[in-house]
Amino acid sequence: MFFNSLLTNFAALEVGQHLYWQIGNIRLHGQVFLTSWILLGALLVFISLGTKKMENDPKGLQNLLEFLWDYIRDLARTQIGEKVYRDWMPFIGTLFLFVFVSNWGGALIPWRLIKLPSGELGAPTADINTTIALALLVSLSYFYAGLSNKGWRYFEYYVHPTPIMLPFKILEDFTKPLSLSFRLFGNILADELVVGVLVFLVPLILPIPVMFLGLFTSAIQALIFATLAAYYIGEAVEEHH
Amino acid sequence: MLAFNFFGATEGGLFDINATLPLMAIQVVALTYILNSLFFKPVGNVVEKREKFVSNNIIEAKNKLSEVKKLEAELLTQLQSARTEAQRIVSEAENESDKLYKEALELANNEANASKEKARLEIESQTSAARDQLSKQADDLSELIVNRLILEK
Repeated sequence: MFFNSLLTNFAALEVGQHLYWQIGNIRLHGQVFLTSWILLGALLVFISLGTKKMENDPKGLQNLLEFLWDYIRDLARTQIGEKVYRDWMPFIGTLFLFVFVSNWGGALIPWRLIKLPSGELGAPTADINTTIALALLVSLSYFYAGLSNKGWRYFEYYVHPTPIMLPFKILEDFTKPLSLSFRLFGNILADELVVGVLVFLVPLILPIPVMFLGLFTSAIQALIFATLAAYYIGEAVEEHH
Repeated sequence: MLAFNFFGATEGGLFDINATLPLMAIQVVALTYILNSLFFKPVGNVVEKREKFVSNNIIEAKNKLSEVKKLEAELLTQLQSARTEAQRIVSEAENESDKLYKEALELANNEANASKEKARLEIESQTSAARDQLSKQADDLSELIVNRLILEK
C-alpha cells in the first residue's frame, strides 16, 4: 500500500518520463538536449565574454576564467603528470565544465516552471545516456592515451606488477566506466528526487538545506568525475620501471 | 504499470538507453574542440606568457643582484688595496722623513764637532804662540837685564 502510494508520488514527479524526439527511426531524449544546449550556450557566452579582450593585467571575468584555467591545469597536472598533461587538459577541463554546468544548472534553474508535453527539464547529467556517454569517452581516452604514448607496451600495465593481476585489470576496464557513469547519474538523480519529494511533501523552507546539500554534491561530483578521468589517463600513460 | 515505467526498458524509464548516448558523446567531443579553441588555448597563452614574463624578470633580477654583489666585492677589495697602499705610502714617507731628519742631525752634529775641533786647535795654536812669544820676551827681558847688569859693573 505504502509502496504503491510512494510510486504514485514518484509518478507525480514524472520519474523516468522523457520528451521523445523522433528523427527517422532513432529516438532521442529531447529534454536532455534542450537543457544541455541552454546550459552550454550560457557557458560559451560566458567564456566568449571573458576572453574577448584578454590583457596581461587581468580584469573582471578574465580573472575568473584564469582561475578556472589554473584550477583545471593543476587538476590535470597532478593526476596525469608533467609530461602529457597538456594534451589532455582540454578534455579534462571540458568534462569538468560540462558536468559542473549541467549539475548546477539542473539544480539552480527552476526548470519545472517550463511545462513540456511529456517528461520535464532537469540536469542533463541526471540522464543515464549522458553519464554513460561521458564515461565511455573517458574509457576511449585512457586507452588512446596509453596506446599513443607507449604503443603495445601499454598492455604491460595489465600484468604489472604480476600476471596474477590480469583478470582484475581487465575487470577494471569494465568497472571504471560503470562506476563513473552510475556514480554521477545516481548522485544527481537522487538529489533531484530528494528535492522533488521534499517540495512535493513540504513546499516551504524544509527543501532549502537539501538544495544547498545538492549544490555541494553537484560541485563535488563534477570534481570527482574530472579527477577520476584524469587519474585513469595518468595511470595509462604512467611508465613502470 | 507504474513499476514497469519506473524501471522500464523499452519505452521510458530511468535506464532507457537510446541514440541520446552517441549523440551526447559527439556533442561533448565537439564541445571539447570548441572550448579548446575558445577557452583553453587563449587563456593558456595569456597565463603562460605572463608566467614566462614573471620568471624571466625574476631571473633577470637575480642576475642583476649577483652582478651587484660581485661589483660590491670587487669594490671592497679595491678599497682594501687602496687602504693598504695608503698605509704603505704613509709609512714610507714617515721612514723617509725620519731618515732625512737623522741625516740632517748627523750632518749638523758633524759640522758642530768639526768647528769645535777647529776652534780648539786654533786656541791651542794661539796659546802656544802666545807662550812662545812670552818665553821669548822673557828671554829678551832676561838678556836685557843681564846686559844692563854687566854694563853697570
